[in-house]
Amino acid sequence: MDMMEKLEILTASAKYDVACTSSGSDRKNQAGGLGNAVSMGICHSFAADGRCISLLKVLMTNGCIYDCAYCVNRKSNQTRRAALSPEELADLTMQFYRRNYIEGLFLSSGIMRSPDYTTEQMIAALELLRNTYHFRGYIHVKAIPGADDVLLSRLGLLADRMSVNIELPSQQSLGLLAPDKSKNSILKPMSLIKEKINENRSDLVKYNHAPRFAPAGQSTQMIVGATPDTDFRILTLTEGLYRKYGLKRVFFSAYTPVVEHSLLPALDTKPPLLREHRLYQADWLLRFYGFQAGELLDEAAPNFNPLLDPKCSWAVNHREQFPVEINRAAYEQLLRVPGIGVRSAQRIVKARRAGALDFTALKKLGVVLKRAQFFITCKGRMLEGLKVSEHTLLRSLMSGQELAAIEPPQYEQLTLFSDSDLAALPAAGAAAHKGGDWP
Amino acid sequence: MFKPAALAYTYDGSFEGLLCCVFESYQWKETPLAIHSDGEEQGLLLESKWIATDSSRAGRVLKSLPLRICPEAEELVRLGFWSCTPDKELLLLNFLYLGFTHGRKVMNMLADDTVNTLHKAVQQLRREAHLYLGFVRFSVYGPVMAAVIEPKGFVLPVIQDHFCDRFYGESFMIYDKTHRMALIHQPGQQAIIPLEEWIPPEPDAAEEEYRRLWKGFYNAIGIRERRNDRLRSSLMPKRYWKHLTEMKGSTTAVSGGKPTGSSKMLEEGAPRLGDGEVFNSQ
Repeated sequence: MDMMEKLEILTASAKYDVACTSSGSDRKNQAGGLGNAVSMGICHSFAADGRCISLLKVLMTNGCIYDCAYCVNRKSNQTRRAALSPEELADLTMQFYRRNYIEGLFLSSGIMRSPDYTTEQMIAALELLRNTYHFRGYIHVKAIPGADDVLLSRLGLLADRMSVNIELPSQQSLGLLAPDKSKNSILKPMSLIKEKINENRSDLVKYNHAPRFAPAGQSTQMIVGATPDTDFRILTLTEGLYRKYGLKRVFFSAYTPVVEHSLLPALDTKPPLLREHRLYQADWLLRFYGFQAGELLDEAAPNFNPLLDPKCSWAVNHREQFPVEINRAAYEQLLRVPGIGVRSAQRIVKARRAGALDFTALKKLGVVLKRAQFFITCKGRMLEGLKVSEHTLLRSLMSGQELAAIEPPQYEQLTLFSDSDLAALPAAGAAAHKGGDWP
Repeated sequence: MFKPAALAYTYDGSFEGLLCCVFESYQWKETPLAIHSDGEEQGLLLESKWIATDSSRAGRVLKSLPLRICPEAEELVRLGFWSCTPDKELLLLNFLYLGFTHGRKVMNMLADDTVNTLHKAVQQLRREAHLYLGFVRFSVYGPVMAAVIEPKGFVLPVIQDHFCDRFYGESFMIYDKTHRMALIHQPGQQAIIPLEEWIPPEPDAAEEEYRRLWKGFYNAIGIRERRNDRLRSSLMPKRYWKHLTEMKGSTTAVSGGKPTGSSKMLEEGAPRLGDGEVFNSQ
């Protein structure tokens, strides 16, 4: 089998892993080395599906002794198998990196023989890269659940980021679809990595040259849409992971059917991309906007509204907190206004020091007035001529694409939105909201 | 801001030259209607005043930026000068009028038209420079590496430190085709120099092989069921594709149309059937 074939097989097997970020590590090059790491991360290309390509994402082998139902590489799946030797992997990484194709390596693997053996192979490849080739670029490595603690610790000293995939958001789903894995076997390496990172942090204070353990932290990934778990369940779990395990990122992966299985969605099911999108929006709200999972969803309304983004949904249901005065509101309050993001909130705080802001100024600062106008005042006034009724409010908050989806094709020109369409709105959102709260 | 004078300044196109224009404007208490760099098309039929570049005058203006405005203003002005915004010279002059009047407060006046336009121009330059950290594609020719870029703004000085640190032990060149400038680096030495033209030599077999492998990887990493050309083009605008190894010579990638029969393109689904063993083996 030639290199091209191996690369294609092992890439195709690795592509369902979402994490491709190269952020969180800041490391300069040094004499004799090749490469550095930039904390903000760098995307080197974008694949046909629009996802960023930052790292050379391959498996060491796609052969696996496990039989997880959702996975392309499961033991019982009839697919071509290939493996890369540590030398081949190191050479490919170096050559791609020199040409600036990639920011580093994302190494994962199917389980060969045992978790320990697999981890040893990965360590061999990374040691070759780091110690022989003096590669100083980014390395993201998958921790193999069930591997020995000593091996995982060695792996962490070679990599920038480690990840253990949760895969399914509940123990029940895990038991059904991944009988070889358990909640415990996943969370154990996660807490080990967390402890090691904390330990390393205090070592670094004591000894300047202590080797760094996974300086870019750890991340995980969950499959969305393969099991009946709700958005609320997923988001609470996400929040818990950030708090308890200090994760840097939680990634969501819309389930793309790859294998036929009685417990899984049919093969022709479209990946739930919108749902994945909503979860990422909510994830951003948790990480950068000071929201909590319980504010966005609850047991009574456990799923996101497909028509409104999570922040708008929240704002519409919390009208009592608005409008906020742009020239006086605290940064945290500004962040909660739909149409104002982190950047524009920072700009507002900066610019209002130089003088009071009006609506024209806000537009220049990058505020999306189409959304923000209903929730703000400038110098004590709402935007002139603005009429706020429930219909105009909802209509303005939804983007064109979302509206088009609920709207049947219309042929009369003047009635783009008849009231019957809008009457359907609360119904569409009913799954996502308490009947009482929804206007 | 002084009273407008019915004339245009012409300078040699260098940053120092522009600083001399600022000096001139303050010296005669006049605001020109336009500032042209030498050789650039001059649209208005205005009397033109040639501003000679004088490093002592330029030095005086430059020194006053951190002192009378703030150190960040100096960076902003430099970046603004490298941006591709139209009439950037006049924009910078107007910004400096404001800066010398208001001091460091000018950095907060984001709602002011001049400050806002300058910030947007700089933001665009920074964004383009950031994209080029990823989009530069080197070809390896024996012991040296070279890449061609075609940026709108003058990004070479912005990306210089990054590449010189990353490829510390390598000898490389990044050629900016738009501005006809080249960043040249060899261990211990680096410079940005003018270079009229540069035609990449033919790649050798090893280089061809790694390009092929990279294209193979690129096509294999995309998930067919999630194909989204619009998203890709918005994150990686088409004007960059010309110099990207993975997008070159691949009609599939560019037009989304029929794949070229020769290579193994996973992208469209069908081409993979050519080597049937993929699905039939075992």
